[in-house]
Amino acid sequence: MRKSNVFLVSVSLLLVGAAATLIDAGLRRHHAYSQIESSASLVRQLGLTDLALFTEARYTRHLSLSDLHSAFQDHPVALEHFPSGSLLLPPQRMP
Amino acid sequence: MLLFLRKQKYLIDYTLSSLLRRKGKSLGLLAVYTTIVFMLASVTLFTHALRKEAGLMLQASPEIIVQRMQAGRHAMIPADYLQRIGRLRGVMQKAGRLWGYYYDPIVKANYTIMTEGQSDTPLTEIVIGTGIARVQGLDVGDYLTLRSQSGEAFSFQISALLENDSELVSADLLLMSPKAFRRLFSIPEGFYTDLVLSVRNPREVNKVAEKLSQLLPDTRPILRDEVLRTYESVFSWRQGILFVLLLGSVLAFVIFAWDKASGLSAEERREIGILKAVGWETADVMRMKFWEGMVISLTAFLIGYLAAYGHVFFASASLFEPVLKGWSVLYPQFRLTPYVDGLQLATLFFFSVLPYIVATIIPIWRTSIADPDAVMR
Repeated sequence: MRKSNVFLVSVSLLLVGAAATLIDAGLRRHHAYSQIESSASLVRQLGLTDLALFTEARYTRHLSLSDLHSAFQDHPVALEHFPSGSLLLPPQRMP
Repeated sequence: MLLFLRKQKYLIDYTLSSLLRRKGKSLGLLAVYTTIVFMLASVTLFTHALRKEAGLMLQASPEIIVQRMQAGRHAMIPADYLQRIGRLRGVMQKAGRLWGYYYDPIVKANYTIMTEGQSDTPLTEIVIGTGIARVQGLDVGDYLTLRSQSGEAFSFQISALLENDSELVSADLLLMSPKAFRRLFSIPEGFYTDLVLSVRNPREVNKVAEKLSQLLPDTRPILRDEVLRTYESVFSWRQGILFVLLLGSVLAFVIFAWDKASGLSAEERREIGILKAVGWETADVMRMKFWEGMVISLTAFLIGYLAAYGHVFFASASLFEPVLKGWSVLYPQFRLTPYVDGLQLATLFFFSVLPYIVATIIPIWRTSIADPDAVMR
């Protein structure tokens, strides 16, 4: 088999794979509806405001409820020392 | 047309042979390029899906949360603030919330303790998130002991676990009765952690918040819009150490590609010279080099993207876990729903494939317009 044919077949297969991810994404979105709805009902029931992604510090656990200075409140010259503080922007407040 | 296609196939044949002659270098470049695309695509897919999912779930969060501030810190809010708010027009429902954090020194994890139910909820029963159950090895019917503010130990029986599906918002939650919460944290009756309000007309939310700030000057209203905006901008491209590092590696790759392309090796220059001497036109050399860039960048893009899709949506972005986890012990196990569209793919393609082709084609053009004799010397 010619090298160009091997390349074109491989790229075509990879392209089919990429197209399959779009189809897979669509199907999984359809199935995830009930899961998101169940999380949303818990959010509604308990009045939750944040994701449980960063549980290491109170201001990263409840990012939207913290204020700009939370990260530096431990003592007057404290530096922010939790790793997730370097991944997140401060909460977005009203203009 | 057929002739054109046949010519392109011959050029691809030649390009592949040329790349295979420099097998080590070509495979090395492909591996580095694929890794860069994999990282870029993983970050893009992960953050986009997480933002989308957070937006959908947090749409149901309270419209306004009222926090009391004292000396720049969040303080407990007296229950009579509810009566004072009651006079505000547009406020439909209002309630006090009791919640807080509990650090468990045994497993070194932070729990978020919230109250649920009415006063008749059994005092010694709790519901926990699956994250806590996993870390502590607990199940329904087991007991969990928490130490109160006064040092007293309280044992709670686990009556239920929160659903697995909602782990992204509930992994560290521990729900108990309001009475038990007050006893555990020594919070007197008549105080809440914060207040939640629901507003009849969503367009009035800002107005209500404004009135609240005037009516209760020691409080701070937090709107649902702000919560959503916080999560819309979470992991935005312009932030964080991770992205600085990623940017560093992308720049390193750009320098690598530029250096490879602009400083064409003597062997490559000779190859171009010979091709021109045997009758190849400048356009042919350019086309051949275009295919060389295309073979590498397209292959790297497709493999990198597919690997990133698998990593984020099938392996739960496990490579990001140590970074996101930081020092926390509790980390939710969640499988994100893919939100991928053509535009996202096109953007990724535009930023990963085009720069490489552009970076390589210009120096090659310069070499290929030179006199073959001079190039070969």
